[in-house]
Amino acid sequence: MNKKPSKKLIVFTIMAAALILVSIFADRLCPYDPYAQDLSLSYNAPSAEHLMGTDTYGRDMFSRVIIGARASILSTLALVAIITIFGTAVGVICGYCGGKVDSVVMRISDFFLAFPGLVFALAVAALLGGGIINAVFALAVISWPKYSRVARSQTLSVKSLSFIQAARLAGDSPVQIIVRHILPNILGPILVTSMLDIGTMMMELAGLSFLGLGAQPPIAEWGSMMSNGRSMLQTYPWVVLSPGFAIFVSVVIFNLLGDTVRDYLDPK
Amino acid sequence: MKYSIKRILQLIPILIAITFLSFAMMRLAGSDVVEQKMLNTGQVVSEAQLQAAKAELGLDKPFLVQYFVWFGKLLHGDMGVSYVSGKDVFETFISKLPATLFLTVTSILLTIVISIPLGIISAVYKNKFWDYLIRFISFIGNSMPNFFVSLVLMYFLGIRLGWFPIISKDMSLSAVAMPTFTLAIAMSAKYLRQVRATVLDELSKDYILGAKSRGVKFSVILWKSVMRECLVTIITLLALSIGSLLGGTAIVESIFMWDGVGKMAVDAINMRDYPIIQAYVMWMAIIYVTVNLITDLSYRLLDPRIRLEDTSNE
Repeated sequence: MNKKPSKKLIVFTIMAAALILVSIFADRLCPYDPYAQDLSLSYNAPSAEHLMGTDTYGRDMFSRVIIGARASILSTLALVAIITIFGTAVGVICGYCGGKVDSVVMRISDFFLAFPGLVFALAVAALLGGGIINAVFALAVISWPKYSRVARSQTLSVKSLSFIQAARLAGDSPVQIIVRHILPNILGPILVTSMLDIGTMMMELAGLSFLGLGAQPPIAEWGSMMSNGRSMLQTYPWVVLSPGFAIFVSVVIFNLLGDTVRDYLDPK
Repeated sequence: MKYSIKRILQLIPILIAITFLSFAMMRLAGSDVVEQKMLNTGQVVSEAQLQAAKAELGLDKPFLVQYFVWFGKLLHGDMGVSYVSGKDVFETFISKLPATLFLTVTSILLTIVISIPLGIISAVYKNKFWDYLIRFISFIGNSMPNFFVSLVLMYFLGIRLGWFPIISKDMSLSAVAMPTFTLAIAMSAKYLRQVRATVLDELSKDYILGAKSRGVKFSVILWKSVMRECLVTIITLLALSIGSLLGGTAIVESIFMWDGVGKMAVDAINMRDYPIIQAYVMWMAIIYVTVNLITDLSYRLLDPRIRLEDTSNE
């Protein structure tokens, strides 16, 4: 793994980092207050003053798209982090301990994998009601098994290697073995899985918001902004298409980064 | 045969778990439905009246008893009535199903028509202009959420050019066109990569070299040998797309006002119409599990090697 990172990897990492920084410092980057309503400005077409035009309430779309990055990108990253950590923990424990725990937990994950993902997420979100945290939870519930599968199979293949036995003979506790010896050796494939997942998760989260099951207005979030603007598609398309374009660009960047990370860690 | 029976038997606990889960979900969410309904009448409701109403619906019984009563009714196709329309849930579901099936079939057909030729071209011209172009388009298609694709298509093809109706009033070909494009774009983007990989894998095999050196035309090799080997891949893709289609149609159907089960579910979610949501989740899961089973079994018909592997394991 001491390979020199490719130029592509550096460029895409910087782009992704820029996106994340924008979403963290969103409130300082907005040219206008994204929540300030001024009806005299409603439905202005994109211009030098308002790069993406204004919406029904005269709110600057460009500022809303920037502030929307916070709900869209940061919650996606939180979601991916949650399922990566939880799924990996479950997978490693199952793979290391084996036995009954393993077979019971793996049947449970089979069951989740047997469900059509978005249908189940819809049901969970409908049950919990709207809200971005509930949407993240709904997607987390259905997405962790993938990670526990990867972590489990990797753990099984590392577990049988002689250095693990050596560690066991040296008197390391199972926790020490898992943390010090197994985890560092299985991180690659898990990292690749989660990097490739960011784009998909972002689209699914925005999809739930689009259906009214994620972020609630007035909070600016790309999916719900598009949904609220739907009826204006014919007359004021920028209200609908600019948040969509923001989702598209972010997903492209994270997908490019994911592909490059995969090529870097797991060249075929 | 032994394997098929084993696989079908394995399905039973999953199906039971699905019904149990959707029942439990419904109870968790809809426990205060009776109170809600009675309060909506605007009259003062006493505790006794509430209890009587709950007893009438069997809600005072233990959870498991309720489940078995409900399950018994389910086997007769009785899933209760919609809170909103008051119509029979099962009938509503069945009446919406043809529209969704129609959309699913057109999308799958279009996906096959797009992804197989493009996948083959991409593999044959590996690392040349056409390959890069096709992979670029596939990458773009993969990075667009389907509601964005829907709205972009709606704006350009529907509003600007006026080629297709924006809202589908009937189940005609022109009405199904835009929802089909939306679903097929996302699926093709994903699956042409897999077709490409399969073809590349196949082309690197020795028998292709053998055929070439015997002077068999390249087009004949492609159509006769490579295409056949693609079959298993394509069937896998179809099975995979059923899962994403079932979820994806919900958003696309509600955008284009396509009157199928997806739109029904989204409307039901917005109105907290739990019996409908329950029916949707349960039937989608059952369809999905069943399709997976059929796929598994059809592999064995198509590829005798899989059959051999099983018998050697037993």
